[in-house]
Amino acid sequence: MTARERIAGNVAGYVDDRTGAAKWMKKNLTKVFPDHWSFLLGEIALYSFVILLLSGTFLTFWFDPSMKEVVYNGSYEPLQGIKMSAAYASTLDISFEVRGGLLMRQIHHWAALIFMVGIVVHLMRVFFTGAFRKPREFNWIIGVGLLTLGIVEGFLGYSLPDDLLSGTGIRIAEAIIQALPIVGSYLSYFAFGGAFPGELFISRIYTVHILLLPGIFLALITVHLMLVWYQKHTQFPGPGRTENNVVGYPLMPVYMAKAGGFFFIVFGVTAFLGAVASINPVWLYGPYTPGQVSAGSQPDWYMGWLDGLVRMAPPLETYLFGYTVSWNILIPGLILPGIMFTGLALYPFIESWATGDKREHHLLDRPRNAPNRTAIGAMALTFTLVALINGGNDLIATTFDLTINQMMWFSRIAIIVLPPIAFVVTKRLCLSLQRADRDLVLHGRETGRLVRMPNGEFIEVHEPISAEKAWLLTSHEQLAPLELPEHDGAGVRRPGALKNKLRNRISRATAVAVPKATETERRELEGHH
Amino acid sequence: MSNEIELIKDPGLPAHVHRRADTDPKAALRAERQVAILFGLSALGTLILITSYIFIKDDVFIFIPIMGDTNLHQLGIGMGMAIALFCIGAGLIHWAKTLMPDEEVIAQRHEFRSDDEDREEFVKTVKAGASVAGLGRRPLIKRTLGAALGLSALTPVLLLRDLGPLPGDDLKKTNWKKGTRLVTDPGDRPIRPEDLEVGAVAQTLPEFPAGKVRHLDDVAKDAVLLIRLRPEEFNLDAERLSWTHEGIIAFSKICSHMGCAVALYEQQTKHLLCPCHQSTFDVTRAAKVIFGPAARPLPQLNITVDEEGYLVAAAPFNEAVGPSFWGRLT
Amino acid sequence: MKRLSRLRRHRAAGPVLLIFALFTIGTTFQVASAVNAETTLVADRSAAIEEGKQLFLKGCSSCHGLNAEGAEIAPSLIGVGAASVDFQVGTGRMPMADMSQQAMRKEPVYTPEQVYALAMYVASLAPGPEIPTDEKLNYERDGSVAEGGELFRTNCAMCHNFAGQGGALTKGKYAPTVMGVEPKHIYEAMITGPQSMPVFSDKTITPEEKLSMIKWIKSVEAEPQLGGAALGRVGPVTEGLLVWTLGIGLLIGCAVWLATKAR
Repeated sequence: MTARERIAGNVAGYVDDRTGAAKWMKKNLTKVFPDHWSFLLGEIALYSFVILLLSGTFLTFWFDPSMKEVVYNGSYEPLQGIKMSAAYASTLDISFEVRGGLLMRQIHHWAALIFMVGIVVHLMRVFFTGAFRKPREFNWIIGVGLLTLGIVEGFLGYSLPDDLLSGTGIRIAEAIIQALPIVGSYLSYFAFGGAFPGELFISRIYTVHILLLPGIFLALITVHLMLVWYQKHTQFPGPGRTENNVVGYPLMPVYMAKAGGFFFIVFGVTAFLGAVASINPVWLYGPYTPGQVSAGSQPDWYMGWLDGLVRMAPPLETYLFGYTVSWNILIPGLILPGIMFTGLALYPFIESWATGDKREHHLLDRPRNAPNRTAIGAMALTFTLVALINGGNDLIATTFDLTINQMMWFSRIAIIVLPPIAFVVTKRLCLSLQRADRDLVLHGRETGRLVRMPNGEFIEVHEPISAEKAWLLTSHEQLAPLELPEHDGAGVRRPGALKNKLRNRISRATAVAVPKATETERRELEGHH
Repeated sequence: MSNEIELIKDPGLPAHVHRRADTDPKAALRAERQVAILFGLSALGTLILITSYIFIKDDVFIFIPIMGDTNLHQLGIGMGMAIALFCIGAGLIHWAKTLMPDEEVIAQRHEFRSDDEDREEFVKTVKAGASVAGLGRRPLIKRTLGAALGLSALTPVLLLRDLGPLPGDDLKKTNWKKGTRLVTDPGDRPIRPEDLEVGAVAQTLPEFPAGKVRHLDDVAKDAVLLIRLRPEEFNLDAERLSWTHEGIIAFSKICSHMGCAVALYEQQTKHLLCPCHQSTFDVTRAAKVIFGPAARPLPQLNITVDEEGYLVAAAPFNEAVGPSFWGRLT
Repeated sequence: MKRLSRLRRHRAAGPVLLIFALFTIGTTFQVASAVNAETTLVADRSAAIEEGKQLFLKGCSSCHGLNAEGAEIAPSLIGVGAASVDFQVGTGRMPMADMSQQAMRKEPVYTPEQVYALAMYVASLAPGPEIPTDEKLNYERDGSVAEGGELFRTNCAMCHNFAGQGGALTKGKYAPTVMGVEPKHIYEAMITGPQSMPVFSDKTITPEEKLSMIKWIKSVEAEPQLGGAALGRVGPVTEGLLVWTLGIGLLIGCAVWLATKAR
């Protein structure tokens, strides 16, 4: 034993005496993690969160969240002598007087955008592979919670500098609060400490942004990761992979090196963006005042779909016994997003109700093998994408020589018409891919080589696929549709008949699939070839 | 022959394919050197960062293709940091990929479900504990505990009362009163009708008496847009027409939809556009909404001139300005 | 030999004489032309009006009418002033290339002298806003950048965007970018209110305030990118596009590299 080993042993012993750490360290250092690039998407979000904490802490050392009016006296000449809030002035100071300040501001904001992108692509991966199924429903709900809170946290974050663009965003948020029936104006006056914009709002959202929400994030992310750890990560189907094992690499040293390395990759790419691409140039926007606004005012991308929904809303307002209800704000701003996020959160339960599948799943689905789910996902994405595009309709109009009027009408119609089309097209695409898989297994790979037979016939040579590939293409389950009884033994209609009928219908739609190739069929065909 | 359909079988994990570095010591050395170079590049990145931070002033600009004139200080510390971080990551990953063992390991999953015995024990423990606590047998405790906890939940709600004042009718009042002069924003200069040509606009605010400070809260309700048209271009009823003066019409600049400043005046179409959600208002018809999500026209301000010939408000707004709220019409 | 004769025969006599001659001719010409400018301008004006009228009849009357009285497809030019013509024709907007939603800025068809002639002709029809002189446009001296920024954000940003990049109006019209526009044309646009743009009267935005705005516009135009590539100076839309293309592209690329087996 070398000296270094002896010292390390002593230290480890010291800690273990007091915590019993050796036992669970031993077990966890050899924990196996499956290796696929799409499993790193959640890590993009996780590491971006760490980067946000680090860069954010840096910024808090100089940022002043006060809305007290000051006169700017820094080095940026076009704002010299202009009255502005201390929050805006301190943001200018961070950008121009603190070395590395502008870089850290930009890294912080780029990291926020990448954080949300990471969450969304991770969500898409989890959804389309069915990783939210039992036992991972809790983790899915936590994930949806992280998505929602991330949107709020980002909005509050870029509103802190109190510039013209983000101040406009806060004005719009205040209008949503104010529009709430009965309590709206009260909630608004409580949130802003009086009339808009007041003098308290920025310092209040500062507390939420640097303390409350990060605390909630830390807790949720910890539970999220612990669940993944404890339940073990899912894996793609393939040779040697079953519902009862995990095939991959051990935490120490491979996974630590790769995952740890990826943290530095994410940080490096974020720093690269912060170095070469300007983001949120608040000195150009000017300080916020309610009497000014810029053409082309948009929120950050993860709220663009909300803005798009608000823009395309019909001008509906009703007056109930003299009281005003602004449907043109409530529907796109609260009701529709509420339905979307609730549906998202409840999806695992909806799907298991529809398929009747209540078993554990640790093997992922290839998206083509769950055509209904993939089509629903495509439909939801289409809906959100149309809304997102409409959020930038004025910039799109000027860039592509269209009119905002055309864009608005296109969006109003497309958001209703395109999602069902996306559903049908995606489902058909999935079934086509299933058919292609089946053909591949039964007939082998088309090599493109043509051979002329002695009798004059031309055939294309097919190469049989490997056993591993054949397994990959046929290992998935194809559930039979539910057949829940609508009548009891004596033929009398049961009380839950309508629900069962609906469930049967839905599960039939879900179970539509191209039957997978079997060994029996392969052998039969071999005779022909 | 059996009628059973036989499914394709799992061939098991494929045979392990060795990497070059596994079998060829020269390849392994090469991989090691590559990892070392990456870590070295990272160190170089940090050096660039430090040098740029200390020695490059922040007013030096150099030309970079695609990006144009770029701040060298910013680029130096940013790229230095990016290289430093990225190359550590690349080195770690390359090390793991080429030199660390890459034979796949299989671990077994275990059922999460506790066995029936444990579940029964759990239920028994909870039931026993609950019965020993005696909540069931002692309804007085249960009820008073419920009352105590329920009441105490009101305390945080109460403590937040002073977050802000009650709105009262604050949302329905602005600083515009009969006789208040319209002044330019910025500049605070009073305006005469002759100052505006046909087709002109002016951003205005109510005149504040000397000593009274105008806050952003005031601007958020008081901002008014003046537009001059030819009187015959108006399409208004008699009352609203009387609120104009010599073709000059005044509207609240705060959008009736969600409160953005509406001042995009299209001179030829006589339309006002709000840039936030593209609500469009027709100035000739008292800012009637002709497109977009706004549900109400912009409130019109009744204007006239005072004895000195300056434009003044003839009366306060006849309705609340800005976005809608529940009690707006009551 | 007499001193002058000796000097005349000096080696450097030729070059010195040349320089003296050039200097004399140059300064004489400057003085003369300056003096003549005043008088030639007056004399030029009536010649310009006549030339302008001919140019107008040839290139503008088909839409604007033989007496600039306007028609169905083009407004009357009586009273629009020299400033309007200098702006519209000087920025190439007029003659209009196609009868679409609005006149686009393009390479001017007429030379500066012809533009002047047209402007003088239209100004002769009825009084209207005049072309601002250079003295009146000395924004470096008379303008304040910070004040100009405040004025721009209050009066212009809602159409032209916070950095003067332009913005959308209804039905396909747009407020163009104010970058790369001559100060004279910016001033003229403000006082004449071309097409959809409203008029900004000198009493509500004083000439000094207008110069401040021009000074701010020029300072933003010259301002180098302080944080990196500006991505168009249009705000979060292009920033979001960048993360969804370059940002996630780089990251997924690295992830794929990470998970791929080494050779």
